[in-house]
Amino acid sequence: MTSFGRPLTRNEDPRLLRGEALFVDDVELPGLLHAAFLRSPHAHARLLAIDTAAARARPGVVAVVTAADLGEYWQPGPLLVPPPPVPGMEFHQRCQVPLVRDKARHVGEPVAMVLAESRYLAEDAVADILVDWESLPAVGDLEAALAADAPLVHDDLTSNVAARVHQARGDYAAAARAAHLVLKRRFTYDRGASIPMETRGIVADWDRRADRLTVWDTTQAPVVIRNGLAAMLGLSERQVRVVAPNIGGGFGPKMMMFYPEEVLVPWAALRLGRPVKWIEDRLEHFFATTHERSQIHDAEIALDAQGKILGVRDVFLHDTGAYDPYGLTVPLNSQCTLLGCYVVPAYDSAFTAVFTNRTLVTPYRGAGRQHGVFVMERLLDLAARALGIDRAEIRRRNFIPADAFPFDQGVIYQDFSRLSYDSGDYEPILDKALAAIGYDDFLARVQPTARAEGRALGIGLVCYVEGTGIGPYEGARVQVQGSGKVSLATGIGSQGQGHATAFAQVVAEQIGVDIRDVEVVTGDTDQFQWGVGTFASRGAVVAGSAAHEAAKVVRAKILRTAAAHFECAEADLVLADGAVTVAGTDRRIALGALAGLANPMRGAVTPGTEPGLEATRYFGPASGATASGVHAMILEIDRATLRPTILDYVVVHDCGTVINPLILAGQIHGGVAQGIGNAFFEKLAWDSEGQLLNASLADYLIPTALDVPRMRLEHTVTPSPLNPLGVKGAGEAGAIPVGALFAQAIEDALGLPARDIEIREMPLSPSRLWEITEGG
Amino acid sequence: MKITLRVNGTDHVREVEPRLLLSDFLRHEIGLTGTHVGCEHGVCGACTILWDGEPARACLAFAVQAEGHEIRTVESLSPGPGRLDALQQAFQDSHALQCGYCTPGILMTLTAFLAENPHPDEAAVREALSGNLCRCTGYQHIVDAVLRVAAA
Amino acid sequence: MKPAAFDWHAPTLLAEALALKAGHGEAARFLAGGQSLVPAMNFRVAQPAVLIDLNRVAVLDHLGFEEDGTLAIGALCRYRRLERDAEVARRLPLLAEALAEVAHPQIRTRGTLGGNLCHADPASEMPAVMLALEARLVLRRAGGIRQVAAAEFFLGPLATALAEDEMLAEIRIPPLPPGSGTAFLEVARRRGDYAMMGVAVVLRRGPDGRCDLARIALCSAGPTPMAAPRAAAALLGQALEPAAFAAAAALAVQEIAPMGSVQASPAYQRHLAGVLLPRALARAAERAA
Repeated sequence: MTSFGRPLTRNEDPRLLRGEALFVDDVELPGLLHAAFLRSPHAHARLLAIDTAAARARPGVVAVVTAADLGEYWQPGPLLVPPPPVPGMEFHQRCQVPLVRDKARHVGEPVAMVLAESRYLAEDAVADILVDWESLPAVGDLEAALAADAPLVHDDLTSNVAARVHQARGDYAAAARAAHLVLKRRFTYDRGASIPMETRGIVADWDRRADRLTVWDTTQAPVVIRNGLAAMLGLSERQVRVVAPNIGGGFGPKMMMFYPEEVLVPWAALRLGRPVKWIEDRLEHFFATTHERSQIHDAEIALDAQGKILGVRDVFLHDTGAYDPYGLTVPLNSQCTLLGCYVVPAYDSAFTAVFTNRTLVTPYRGAGRQHGVFVMERLLDLAARALGIDRAEIRRRNFIPADAFPFDQGVIYQDFSRLSYDSGDYEPILDKALAAIGYDDFLARVQPTARAEGRALGIGLVCYVEGTGIGPYEGARVQVQGSGKVSLATGIGSQGQGHATAFAQVVAEQIGVDIRDVEVVTGDTDQFQWGVGTFASRGAVVAGSAAHEAAKVVRAKILRTAAAHFECAEADLVLADGAVTVAGTDRRIALGALAGLANPMRGAVTPGTEPGLEATRYFGPASGATASGVHAMILEIDRATLRPTILDYVVVHDCGTVINPLILAGQIHGGVAQGIGNAFFEKLAWDSEGQLLNASLADYLIPTALDVPRMRLEHTVTPSPLNPLGVKGAGEAGAIPVGALFAQAIEDALGLPARDIEIREMPLSPSRLWEITEGG
Repeated sequence: MKITLRVNGTDHVREVEPRLLLSDFLRHEIGLTGTHVGCEHGVCGACTILWDGEPARACLAFAVQAEGHEIRTVESLSPGPGRLDALQQAFQDSHALQCGYCTPGILMTLTAFLAENPHPDEAAVREALSGNLCRCTGYQHIVDAVLRVAAA
Repeated sequence: MKPAAFDWHAPTLLAEALALKAGHGEAARFLAGGQSLVPAMNFRVAQPAVLIDLNRVAVLDHLGFEEDGTLAIGALCRYRRLERDAEVARRLPLLAEALAEVAHPQIRTRGTLGGNLCHADPASEMPAVMLALEARLVLRRAGGIRQVAAAEFFLGPLATALAEDEMLAEIRIPPLPPGSGTAFLEVARRRGDYAMMGVAVVLRRGPDGRCDLARIALCSAGPTPMAAPRAAAALLGQALEPAAFAAAAALAVQEIAPMGSVQASPAYQRHLAGVLLPRALARAAERAA
C-alpha cells in the first residue's frame, strides 16, 4: 500500500520520546569550555572604556574577548538577502557586528565574551567586567525615529531610514476618484517573539589532527552557516562540518544567520584549541534572538457600490530593529500578501523600513504576511459594514476566479520573482468554512439567542494566501544501503516539521519500501553538501521534490540492475516490500542484495557505469507555490473582564497535494496557537529608554493548553503545477490570519460596529481591549 | 561537596558546588540529557521531573537538595531498550510532538497526573497540561494522546 | 541564568537555622520551597552569600488544626500538602479555593505558603487570602518569638516586617466565624499566572438576616495585599443583596491603589476590582449559612 498521502506516525518520535535524541546542549566533549556574554544594558550608548582585568583574573576563566581582541575577524555580518530589484528603491545595509566596538544599538547586544571552565564561572566573570558607557537617547517609536531631530541608530546615515520601496500597478488615484466608497484607516501591529522552547546554542570543536572544525548549531540553515564560517575563518568548506541536530523549534529566528555568538564561538574554539559551548539562556533569548511584527500602516481601499475592490493604497513603516541583515523579506511579504485572495485592479504600496534601538527584526512564522492580511481583511470588514454587505459575501465578490490562474499580481515578491499565484480555487474553501462553522445559523439564531441571555458571542471569518515553497533550490541524495534500508540525505534541517517521515513517504512511494526503512538524514553538512534552509514553508515543496526526483532515478536504477540480473524486461519486474520480483514467478531479490550487485568489487563493467543504487537530484522552482485558506472562529467574551473564550475554530486549507495529513494537522494547530498568542497574549513591552519590560516567560505570555481551543480542520486540494508532487507549503498558514480573525470576532461579539468602535491594532489584551472599548 | 543522588533507581555520587541546579546535574553530571531546559525560571516545564513521585521543576532546585529523595526522569519511562510505554506510544500514535523539546517534561507531568487520574476528561487534561508550554503542537494532539491512554 | 555562588547550610534543627541567620544577617536567605527565590537567583537579581536551607528542619514541616480550631501551618508545609488536606478544604474553603489558583502543580509540589508570604509579591494570591483570614504569623529568631497580624507583615513590594535575624516559622489561621461564607475570585491572563486582580471575601449573615461580618482583601491592588475596610464596613447591617455588593465594590475601588503592570493598566485593574467584588460577595453570601 502506498505511503504517500497517509497519516503515518513519525519515524523521529521514539528517540525523542525516550529522551535519547541529540540536541545541541546535549553535546559533551572533553575539555569543553563554556561561553557567556556581557551584553549592553542600554538600548543606545557609546562604549567609552572596558576593563576586563578582574574577569581575566578570576580562577577558571580562560579568556575574555572584546571587539579589540578580534582584530581582523571583527566584521559586520553578511547581508543574507539582498534588496529586491524594485526600480527606485533605497536600501542601507547595516549588518550586526560580533561585539560592540563603538556603540551599542540595542539592549542585549554582545559586548564581551567570557570563556571559562563552566557556565557558572563564565557568568561570574561577566559580572566582573566594568564598562564605561555614555548613555544616548534611544529610538523605539517608528514615527519618532523618522523625526528630523531623532537620534541616529547609525551615525553615518543621515536618518534612520533603512529602506524605501514603492510598488504600484494600475492607477490608484483614478480608482479612488471613481469609487463609491473610499475608506482610510491606520493599522498597527506590535512586536512579538517566536520563543522556541529550545533557545539558540552552538558548540564548536577544532580537531587539530584532522584539521577540521565541527560545529553543532541550532540553525535552520546548516549549509549556509558552513560556507560562511569557512570563509570567515579562512578554512575551506571541506574543513568545516556543521550539524543541526534535533532543533527545539525554529519558527524563523533560527534562520537568521551569523548571529554574533555564531561567529564568535567557532573562532574561540580555533583560537584556544579547546571545544567551546554557548547555550543561550531564556533571558538572553528575549534580547539577542530576533523579533518580528512592528509595523504601522496607513491604508485605504476604494470600492464600487457592490463592494468590488477598485484599488488599495498602503503606506507603511516597518521596524527593522538595530540592523537589517535579512534585507526586506518581512516588509515585502507584507506588501505582497496584502493582496490576498482578491482581484485588486489598482495597487499602490510604499514602505519605509526604519532602524530603531531594538533587537533585530527577521522573519518569524508568517514573516510579515500577518500584517498584510490584517490590513486587507480589516479594510474589507469595514467596507462591508459601510456598504451593508455580509462579511463573507464581500470576500466572495472579490475572489480571484478559479479560471484566472496562474494569476499575476504584478508586484515583486520576496524571492525577487513576479508574484504569480500558481493555482487556487477560493470559493469552495469559503463555502466549506461557512458550513463548518455554521455561519448562517450563528448569525440568524445562535448569536441573537446568546445576546438575549446577555452573552457576548461573535463570529470571525478571514481569508488569506501564503506564498510558500520559494527557491532557489534544495537537493537530495537517495541511496539503497547494503542493509536494504534506503537513506535520504538533504541539506536542510528539521525543527520539528517531521522531515524524517514526510520525506521518507516521498521516497518510499518510489522505491517500494516501508517508511520505517527510509533513514532520513537532515542538517549535517558532511552528509549533504548543498542546500539553503528550512524557511518560508519550503521544506516539503523544495527538498521534498528533490527527494522525489532522486528517488525516481534510484527506482530506475533498481529496475535496470534487476532486469540485468534476472535477464528479463524491466516491465516484468515488480518493486515492492523492499525487493524486486519477476512478476508471476518466485524469482526475487532483496534491495540490499541488489545494491551489492550494483557495486562490483572485481571484474570489468560497462564503461560509464556508476556504482550503487544511488542518485542525487536538485529541485528549484521557478517561483513559489501559493497556498490559501479560510479561518473561522466563534468566541465569547466576558463583557465585564473582556477575557475571550474560543468556542469553535475551523480551518479550511488548501496546500495542494498532502503528503501526510497528520503532520499537516500538527503544523496548522501549532500555527494557530502561535497566532492566538500573537493576537491576544504576546506583546513585547518597552519603556521609553528602550528597556524590555517583560523578558521572562512569566511576563511574556505564550498560550497554554487552556488558551488554545480544539480546532477542526478541512482541506481542499488544488495541486501546484510548479513541482512534481503538486504540494504547497503549510508551515506558516496557521499563524497568518489569526489577528484579523480576532479583531473581527471581538467586534462582532461586543457589538462594536454599533458603537462605532474599530479594532485596528494587534496584539490585544483584556486590558487594552478595555481601554479601546471603554475609553479608559 | 560530595553528594549521592538517587535517579531512576540508581545512586550517583558526584562532587558538586551547592549552586549546581538539579537540571544541570541531571544533564551534565550524569548525562541524562532527556530532561530539557527551556527557561530556568520555572515557567516552561521542559525540565519537569518527578521528585518523590510528584512533578517538580528541576531548574528550581539545587542538586544538593535532592539527596535523600527519589528523582525520576524521562529516561525511566521506557519499559525496555527501544520500547515505549503506553503514554509514549500514544504520543507517537497521536502525533503529539513536533520538535520534541518540551516532550520529556510533558511526559513527566502527565505520568504523575495519570497515576492520580487514570480516566480524565478533556478539560482535566488541558488543566493538567497548562503548566507545560509547547510551542509547536497547539496542544490538540497532546490532549488526544492523553485521552487515548485514558480510554485504553 | 546560573545562580551566583553561595555557602549552603542545611541545618536539621530550628535553633541551628536561627543561629545561622543571627550570625549572617542580611547576607543570608532562608530557602524553603525555592519557587520564588531560586528563579530570582537564576536571574541573579538575588545573590545571597549564604543560603540556609530549611528543607531538613523537620519541625517546620507541620500542618494541623489545634483545639480551638486554629490551623497551624509550618514554614515548610508544601502547597501540595495543604491542597490535599480534606480538613483544610472543609474548614477553610477560602484557602482551598485560592490555592487552586496558585501557579501549577509542578510548582506546588515544592512551593510553600511560608516562602510565598516572605516573598511578599503584592500580585500573589496568598498574602491577600491571609489578610481575609486574619492570619497571624509567628516570627522567630534566636532566643525570641513574636506574632504579627498578616495586615502588619506586608510593608511593600517584596518587603516584610521580618527583621534581619527573623524567620517566618508558622502561619496561624484562626477558625472562620461560624456561619460565614467565603469566596476567592481572580482574573489572570492565563491559568496559574499572578492575578491582574484578585479578591478574597468573608461574609456572614447575622440573626436578623443582615450582614454582621465582612472582610475584603485584594491582590494586585496596591504595593501590598490590600484590605478594603470601608467597603467591608459598608456591608455591615445591609441585606446581602446585589445593591449592597455594588455599593461596597464602588467603595473598595476607591480604597485600592493598583500599580499597573505589563498585563494591566491601573484603570483596568480598578475596573476588574469593581467587577470581581460583587461576584465574589454574591458567591460568599450564597455560601454563608
